Amino acid sequence: MSAPLLEVRDLAKQYTTRGSTLTILQNISFDIGKGEVVGLVGESGSGKTTIGRSVLRLIEPSAGSVRFDGTELTELSASQMRRARPRMQYIFQDPFASLSPRMTIGEILTEGLKIQGTGNSKERLDRARKALEQVDLPADAVNRYAHEFSGGQRQRIGIARALTLQPEFIVADEPVSALDVSIQAQVINLLRDLQQRLGLTMLFISHDLAVVEYICDRVIVLYLGRVMEIAPSAELYADPHHPYTRALLSAIPSPDPDAHRNRQILKGDIPSPANPPSGCVFRTRCPKAISRCAEVVPELRETAPGRFKACIRDDLNGSVS
Amino acid sequence: MQQAAETILDVKGLRTVFRVRAGEVTAVNGIDLSVAAGETLALVGESGSGKSVTSLSVMRLLTRKIGAIAAGSVHLKRKDGKVRDLVSLSEQEMRSIRGDDIGMIFQEPMSSLNPVYTIGDQISEPIRIHRGADRKSAMDAAISLLDQVGIPDAARRVKQYPHELSGGMRQRATIAMALACDPTLLIADEPTTALDVTIQAQILDLLQKLQRERGMAMLFVTHNLGVVAEIAHRVAVMYAGRIVETGPVVDVFRNPKHPYTMGLLASMPKLGDATRMKQAGEKLAAIPGMVPSLMNMPAGCAFEPRCKFATEDCRKAVPPLFDVSPHHKSRCIHWQEV
Ligand SMILES: Nc1ncnc2c1ncn2[C@@H]1O[C@H](COP(=O)(O)OP(=O)(O)OP(=O)(O)O)[C@@H](O)[C@H]1O
Ligand SMILES: Nc1ncnc2c1ncn2[C@@H]1O[C@H](COP(=O)(O)OP(=O)(O)O)[C@@H](O)[C@H]1O
Ligand code: SF4
Ligand code: SF4
Ligand SMILES: [Mg+2]
Ligand SMILES: [Mg+2]
Repeated sequence: MSAPLLEVRDLAKQYTTRGSTLTILQNISFDIGKGEVVGLVGESGSGKTTIGRSVLRLIEPSAGSVRFDGTELTELSASQMRRARPRMQYIFQDPFASLSPRMTIGEILTEGLKIQGTGNSKERLDRARKALEQVDLPADAVNRYAHEFSGGQRQRIGIARALTLQPEFIVADEPVSALDVSIQAQVINLLRDLQQRLGLTMLFISHDLAVVEYICDRVIVLYLGRVMEIAPSAELYADPHHPYTRALLSAIPSPDPDAHRNRQILKGDIPSPANPPSGCVFRTRCPKAISRCAEVVPELRETAPGRFKACIRDDLNGSVS
Repeated sequence: MQQAAETILDVKGLRTVFRVRAGEVTAVNGIDLSVAAGETLALVGESGSGKSVTSLSVMRLLTRKIGAIAAGSVHLKRKDGKVRDLVSLSEQEMRSIRGDDIGMIFQEPMSSLNPVYTIGDQISEPIRIHRGADRKSAMDAAISLLDQVGIPDAARRVKQYPHELSGGMRQRATIAMALACDPTLLIADEPTTALDVTIQAQILDLLQKLQRERGMAMLFVTHNLGVVAEIAHRVAVMYAGRIVETGPVVDVFRNPKHPYTMGLLASMPKLGDATRMKQAGEKLAAIPGMVPSLMNMPAGCAFEPRCKFATEDCRKAVPPLFDVSPHHKSRCIHWQEV
């Protein structure tokens, strides 16, 4: 991996509601190299969006450090953060809610540039046109409104909006989840093209592990606000080490009628963050849990070069399942 | 085999229209489908293709003012063995069929659960209405049903309200409600779409088990091809209000004979294969363009503007369903070449 562009250490997030404290994220640590695409996967409520937003300080983390290109973001003042912001952009899941219905596409795309005071209005519009071309939309879209476009086209507009600021780092939060599969493939191909062409660094959030495998170099697996496993994609999919990763992969329905279906079905529900299990948070559903799992919080450890897992059982690696 | 089993649902030439500002649109345009006892038919397609309108039409749950069945028949074999055309029944007769002969499950469990009644009250209600059971025995039946759908501690859960259950548990509760009167047909419209993948696996497993035990016919609506392969015996692929390909899942997925089905299968990243594709520099085979608007349908094959096999002839008329094999059909005039 190249020198990290982003270094996240012991990131935590708590919310206090009606006197009780909810721990949403705990001890989140990972790096993203320059030009690397890292996937963040986990089920609903596992904390993916909270990590993505905390990293860009769209919400304030409760503890921990986020270094971007050597600068500690959590210590920046509001105006310093505003200056740093164009280098990092967020792409939202919902292509319908994230674009204002009252603004033209041109206004939407140039808004960020205007706030940054970049160029004059003609130069800004030129950048917007160029960004539209990058996402394969006609440049004359600048005069139209979001409702005139389909879901896939709106998601392209969302991507173009992020690109006008020429960022180095993008957090893409479920950018294709709201799209139909035939359109999803168009947008995935586009994102991968752009990432390669522009050398973008990306944190790609998704609950779809097949999409993540296709687009990411490395993958972080989350469960109830804790990192369970981190591994290069090729290795994670061929040989998952953590019991949760195994179960997650096994639960994905395959369209291949010849795939053998001796799937492993996890029992029970995802616990609530208001009432997390002691020790390993996965233990209430883990098929490999032993009594000690209730007592020790597993640390995220490097068990092989580039492979990290948070599980106290070392006897489970390899293809045991 | 399944084909020999008795037909429970038989839909012929179903056409459903909606009144919109600009006039009328045809959301479902001549659908034929049948489901036998013990069989699962998956209706699959992208959003707006007409899956839900088809299932709502079968259940006669369209709001009269905006949508209506314009043509076709929906024959259902009831528990007493009598076959009725649901299209011609009165609303009162339909009410005696829904929840009794037909069980229903929807994407959002909360849409079938009433927040102000306990789970137990809601599951025992159909038993009291359709079976005339008394309160106590209906409640006992509800507890046993909750137990069958895998809700632990059922005797305590019947006293809880929907908001006290997780999403997966609520969906289990609506399944219990749908099964309360032992329906001959279960209609499930995207029952796992709102659930997490590990919970989806639980629910699919449960539905499969219950269906096998009870020998129900199941019409399963989904947009997820993986879920289809997981749960269904046969599949009908919908595009723009029509079935474009249908047959046994194994045949259709292994050997698709309609360019749309081929495109859908190819555009899905496949677990385990994505690493290879990435390393080989291969791209996902996206289908270009988008679904046509119902207001502005192409004259011939609706898929023609997006189809890489299209020829002049494809624009002339809507292709009929061709027999690829006795049970496998494709609505493509070039099915032999694709
Ligand atoms: N403002 C808030 N106050 C209290 N809890 C919150 C708040 N925002 C998020 N949470 C909780 O934090 C947890 C993580 O939420 P987050 O949105 O990060 O999940 P996610 O992994 O992105 O899920 P999804 O897949 O559903 O998008 C959830 O339990 C959520 O309910
Ligand atoms: N109440 C309605 N009024 C007008 N058009 C409708 C209505 N309900 C559905 N439609 C249209 O019918 C088509 C099929 O919808 P639907 O069956 O819900 O699709 P899906 O396959 O996603 O379930 C869509 O084009 C939809 O816009
Ligand atoms: S620590 Fe224990 S409960 Fe947690 S994943 Fe490992 S074996 Fe399972
Ligand atoms: S009929 Fe023509 S346009 Fe339609 S799917 Fe077949 S080849 Fe394509
Ligand atoms: Mg999220
Ligand atoms: Mg639908």
